[in-house]
Parts: sequence; structure tokens; C-alpha cells
Amino acid sequence: MAILVYIENTDGTLKKSAFEAASYAKAIADQLGDSVTALSIGNVDAAELEKLGKYGVSKVLNANQENLKNFVNKAYASIIASAAQQESSKVVVLSNSFSGKGLAPRVAAKLDAGLADGAINLPSFQGDSMEIKKTAFSNKAFATEVIKSAVKVIAVNPNAFEVKEVGGSAEIVDFTPNIEATDFNVLVKDIVRATDKVTLPEAEIVVSAGRGMKGPENWGMIEELADVLGAATACSKPVSDAGWRPHSEHVGQTGIVVSPNLYIAIGISGAIQHLAGVSSSKTIVVINKDPEAPFFKVADYGIVGDAFEIVPKLTQAIKNLKNN
Amino acid sequence: MRILVCISNVPDTTSKITFTNDNTVFNTNGVQYIINPYDEIALSKAVELAEGGKGTVTVINVGDASTEPTIRKALAIGADDAVRINAQPRDAWFVANQIAKYAKEQGFDLILTGRESIDFNGAQVAALLGELLNLPSVSIAKKLDIQGTEATIDREIEGGKEVLTVSLPVVVGTAEGVAEPKIPNMRGIMGARSKPLQVVEPIEVAELSSISKFESPAPRGAVKLVDEVDQLVQLLHNEAKVI
Repeated sequence: MAILVYIENTDGTLKKSAFEAASYAKAIADQLGDSVTALSIGNVDAAELEKLGKYGVSKVLNANQENLKNFVNKAYASIIASAAQQESSKVVVLSNSFSGKGLAPRVAAKLDAGLADGAINLPSFQGDSMEIKKTAFSNKAFATEVIKSAVKVIAVNPNAFEVKEVGGSAEIVDFTPNIEATDFNVLVKDIVRATDKVTLPEAEIVVSAGRGMKGPENWGMIEELADVLGAATACSKPVSDAGWRPHSEHVGQTGIVVSPNLYIAIGISGAIQHLAGVSSSKTIVVINKDPEAPFFKVADYGIVGDAFEIVPKLTQAIKNLKNN
Repeated sequence: MRILVCISNVPDTTSKITFTNDNTVFNTNGVQYIINPYDEIALSKAVELAEGGKGTVTVINVGDASTEPTIRKALAIGADDAVRINAQPRDAWFVANQIAKYAKEQGFDLILTGRESIDFNGAQVAALLGELLNLPSVSIAKKLDIQGTEATIDREIEGGKEVLTVSLPVVVGTAEGVAEPKIPNMRGIMGARSKPLQVVEPIEVAELSSISKFESPAPRGAVKLVDEVDQLVQLLHNEAKVI
């Protein structure tokens, strides 16, 4: 028996969320006295997969046939389910990423398993029953979910569980499951990805701005601040609704929910829907000229003042810190 | 083209979320219910696609009679008819099985859901329907075009998008960008009252998951206000240790 963890790759590279999922699976395996088998689908170098050993993975199933290069949720779900059956896995872990959300329910259905999506901590087991905490009401609350099916599938939120190196090495084994041609029911025509940018759901620091910036032409200073911090940029709903920034940057209840180490909110008043999307950030900084802005009530640190003066100064001060 | 739109009845986005009965039950007292905002995007897209006699739009909801105002709102936005599966939506697996049964009997060319509901945020129903109906599914679509029997979809990925083509029928979970939410006009509101709303009894589904309790996030301490950016940077570096 092994805990199975599906490892996502981005153009052949494993990102932080992949190691988070591996570390998470290892922590569950330690609880249950199991080992961890990872499954990689698509074209990833052996050297990249070997890195998983450091996080407690003892075996990596490598499904890298040519037809698996692109993500097709039905085909990928079939492969994950057959790997889970081969390994007699009682627990299957995935990342709750954009792709993971399209994948985990299919995996769960194939395995007659309950799915805990958006998990934010480790599960606890009592006999056949598993309890796990997840976000609910778009981060306005948490729910404890109980899953009693024989197999359990967990989709763990990015940034919820810390990557932990435990040492060790992983054996890489080719995995060639039987996949029906009809599983490839979607054709990927193109992938457009900004590779030079930190992606929002995974970012450790997020610099977010709102209507207080007055117009899209003023985003230069936001991007500069994000650059010195290695942060992702984000925005409030009115900003993306107005077309100043793309919807993919909209953070909040009806946008992306983030949980970075540091969230800097600039010129955002803090409507309840926005706060829901950021409330699990570890540290929140608010810069707003209105001392009554509701955002200050949930902030850790704040500056009352004009963003147009403060942001460039802040960028400079961080540059100074990094140069010392 | 026959389009099915799955809608969920959720607390308004401005709702304060509290619980009763020792944190085991969501406190609905004073809570206004709305169509899940992502489902509203799905519905608006469906109405757009069906315009000019190009198709019909059926909305489906799994809920008790209290969800009917939300269903009528969907009819006012432009759906042609509605189905309510008369049951409390226990979990995504339960909901997806109810919808799948109806969809299988009826046969639809396009099934739309919101990318996720804003109450339980599972984002599961679209992919579960794909699995149960043996159809392709795309869970987080930010653009959807239909030409004949082929859909072109922009799927959200970290840092960008994937452009997909897929043959109908397909299940799509819609996000912002797919359509502008439509606001019902007076004619729509009047017409909604007489549109058909069928009530169907649920099928038995095994329970795979349940929720044993809720909790609210711990309140944060008071904000530390500073005057100078240098102070802020020092605090972030030395105290919060985040930069």
C-alpha cells in the first residue's frame, strides 16, 4: 500500500505546488505507516523527477508517452485511477490547481471515492473514516469534512502546506497504462503562458491594487513594486470589471482566492467579497488614503496616505533592503 | 441546440457567514439568496447562444421549494424552462448524480455550470458530470465559442490559458470572461411567472462525504499603523519576516 500523489509539471518543470503535494503525501504516509508513490504524466526529465526523493517519495511512476504531452482530464484521470489501483492506494493526493479542479472529481468518481477539495491541513484517520479541514463560503469559513469511502481523494490548496525536505531518493519506473482512444476527448490547440511572471495562486507575495489607482495607466508602479518583491500582481473586482486589468488577476470571493505570506493591498477599500479572497494571507499590509477603509480592520500593518507617493518610496526602500 | 444550465442557490456575496447548533449548521437567518454568480455567467452565455431561435435553455437546480425564487430569476434572465430536483443538495456527488440522470434522459448538446459555487467551492460538478455522462468536460473556462458542433474554449491555467477545441456535447464550467451577466428586464420578469417549472423527485445516491462542523476564521489582532515606508519595511523584515 502506498499513498499516491499526482505530480503536475509545467512545461517539464516541477513547481513549488508539486513539492507541496509530495510533502503533504509524505506526512499522511507517516501517519499511516505507508510509503509515497508519485505519478508524473507527460514529458519530464528523470533528473527533475528524482528531486521528489528529497520530499519523501520512494517511487515515481513515469507516464511519458507522446500522446500524454498535453493535459486532457479524462485521459489523465484514467491514468491516475489505474496507478491508484496498481499501488492499492487508499489515499490519492492532487494539487487543487486549475487543472487539478478538472481532474480530481473524475479521479474520485473512477475510484468510488469521496473527494476533499480545497484541503488546508492534514487529515486525521479513525478506522475507515477520515476528517479533513477545507475552506468554505469562499474563505469566509472552514468546514470539517468527513469521508468514509474506502479510497479517499484529497485536493490540497496551494500554499496551504509547507514543502519539507526529508532526504531520500526515488526510484523512477516507467508506467504505461492502457488508455482508450476515446479518453482523448479534448484537443489542445495552443498554450499561452507568461513564463517570466510569478503565478497568482502560488505566489508567496501578492501586490494588489484597486480603484484608488485611478486608471490602468498608473499600474507601472504596482508592477515595479511586485518586481522588486518577486511578487504576483492582483486587483480588485471593480478594476477587472472596468477592463483595467485581466480577470485572471481578480482576487476575491468570485475571483481567485489567495493565501500568500504577504498580501499588499493598495487603494482597495476592502469590500467583504474582496476580504474573503485574501483572509488566509499570513500578513496583510494596507495602503489607503482613507483611514476609515474597512481593509484596515483585517490588516496587520497599514499606512494611511496617498498611494502615488507611498508606492514608489516603498519600492525604493525594499530595493535598499535587498541591496544591504 | 439544447442547453442545460446547472444553477445553485447561494448566500449573497455580502452575507456574513455564521453558524448555529454548536457550529454544525449554517445560519440562514437574515441571509439573502442569489443565483451563484458563476452560474449566472453560465446562464447569460446560454441565453446569448440560444438567442434568435438558435436553441433552448433549461435550468436545473437541486434544492427544496425555497430555491424557487432563484429559479424564477433564472427564467427571467432568459431560460425557457426549469427543473427542480426536490432534495437538499447534500454534496457535489449527490448533486451531480441527480443532474446526470436528468441530462441522460433528455440529451443536451451543451451543459454549463459555474466554475464553482461560492458556498462550498467544490468546483466538482462539471467534471463529475463529464465522468457520469461520459462526456468531455472543461472545468474553468474563461472563453467559450460554439461553431456548428464544435466548441472552442479558453481554459484557465496558472499564468495563462490553454486553447481547446472539443466536439459537442460537452460540459463546461464557466468563469468570468465567458459572458457579461444579463440583468432581467420587465418583460422577462413578467414572462418568468408562466414559464414551466417541473419538480422531479431525487434518486438515491450513496453518501461519500459529509460536513461535521464549521468554524469561522480567527480574528486578526489590531492593525499597526505606521507613518513611514522605512518603518513598514523594517516591520515586514524583522517582525513579520515575510520579506
